[in-house]
Amino acid sequence: MGAVVRPKPKSIRLRGRSYVAFVFFPVVPIIDWLDEIDVTLNQSPGFFAGKPMVLDLSAVDLSQNAIGQLVASLEQRGLRILGIEGVGAERLSANLPPLLTGGRNAVVSNSEPKKPPPKKAASLLIDTQVRSGQSVVFPEGDITIVGSVSSGAEIVAGGSIHVYGTLRGRAMAGINGNLTARIYCQKVEAELLAIDGYYRTAEQIDATSYAGPIQVWLQGEVVEISPLS
Amino acid sequence: MAKVLVVTSGKGGVGKTTSTAALGAALAQMGEKVVVVDFDVGLRNLDLVLGAERRVVFDFINVVQGIANLSQALIRDKRLENLWLLPASQTRDKDALTDEGVGKIIAELRTKFDWIICDSPAGIERGAMLAMRFADEAVVVTNPEVSSVRDSDRIIGMLDSRTVKAEQGEQVQKHLLITRYDTGRAARGEMLSIGDVTDILATPMLGIIPESQDVLRASNVGMPVTLNDATSAPARAYTDAARRLMGATIPVLVPAARKGLMNRLLGRRAA
Repeated sequence: MGAVVRPKPKSIRLRGRSYVAFVFFPVVPIIDWLDEIDVTLNQSPGFFAGKPMVLDLSAVDLSQNAIGQLVASLEQRGLRILGIEGVGAERLSANLPPLLTGGRNAVVSNSEPKKPPPKKAASLLIDTQVRSGQSVVFPEGDITIVGSVSSGAEIVAGGSIHVYGTLRGRAMAGINGNLTARIYCQKVEAELLAIDGYYRTAEQIDATSYAGPIQVWLQGEVVEISPLS
Repeated sequence: MAKVLVVTSGKGGVGKTTSTAALGAALAQMGEKVVVVDFDVGLRNLDLVLGAERRVVFDFINVVQGIANLSQALIRDKRLENLWLLPASQTRDKDALTDEGVGKIIAELRTKFDWIICDSPAGIERGAMLAMRFADEAVVVTNPEVSSVRDSDRIIGMLDSRTVKAEQGEQVQKHLLITRYDTGRAARGEMLSIGDVTDILATPMLGIIPESQDVLRASNVGMPVTLNDATSAPARAYTDAARRLMGATIPVLVPAARKGLMNRLLGRRAA
């Protein structure tokens, strides 16, 4: 009994997959149309490189011979045609790319790597005066205030604080352990200046000695104030 | 187009009610149809300053609750036919005011008057919030001293955040009215200067009302100061302020200190 067990032939597995291809629409006179292609290729030689291309001949009426010449002249330019559409099957000889049907238009996107979505700016702009009793808290970053900060108002920032006006209220910068945060203002009459928890109260700020713009920064554990000029 | 104007300050005793009556009377004298609305439920004063305290039958709260209709509660001034008063209830408190009730009355007043002037109570609680809630414009009354200025600053912040206009992304137009400005004390540096006040509050100036016994005298006889003695310094300052509200461009002058012995003697006697 010499029965031979043959392995059961596996069925061929096929998968459907779709690609986005460039479609050429040649128009008569073909010579001029080829010139246009040459211009494009001169400007950016790599424009078509490595991309699948299809020839749509619905706008022209070419013989089998002429189609062969067109495909050949495209290949001379380094453009390889994946398939042809818009023409009867009888016009295509066996050595020409196959006939394609059922193509759908697709939006061709630039293949350049997409930029990541712009990061939300770590800065908050307030272009009004901050009034007594109001509190501006922005732990994510800097606060810029175009206007004054009234007595009894409070500005709390994870980063630096910029006040284009008189700072009369409380300013707390670098609340999340940012030792390099600073406070800038056009004029200081502040009730409290703090950077990362180190602070100076109004009594420790000799406002009379700073007539103009100042900056406040942290040196070691000491809150320093110096004129900006 | 009716305008809702709130007269507010945060701090008490700075002259909100006096200013409401004076501005209301001045606008009415110019031919505008004006209603002054007292929001100080439980501590009403506007009826006294207008000399209408014996004529109050129905009040704001009665209208809110539907006990009376608006025309029954409105009191027409005996001297100015264009001036009306909607009095507050004296027997209730501010909790009797509701957002919808106030909104309904203001909307009805808008159809009848050119100016609806809301006299806000002091503080930043319910009464003051509802007085400013539906305002188109605001007169922020401030005395030239630190506590009043800070309270006004707080109120300006609320005008920019808690009013219907602010919630719709618009702005309540704000005017700064400095009252009780004492030229003598200002000259001696005992008060904040006008420059200090405008620097801190950064709000356009509507007028500076000098400190004067004329104001108290007018209140005591139940007359708006602009009616009692139209030639007095505070009356003229209020009338100019009312003209500015109407859109006139009149420069705001800081009242100067009286100089010279005779003037000072006369000034002392008047004071």
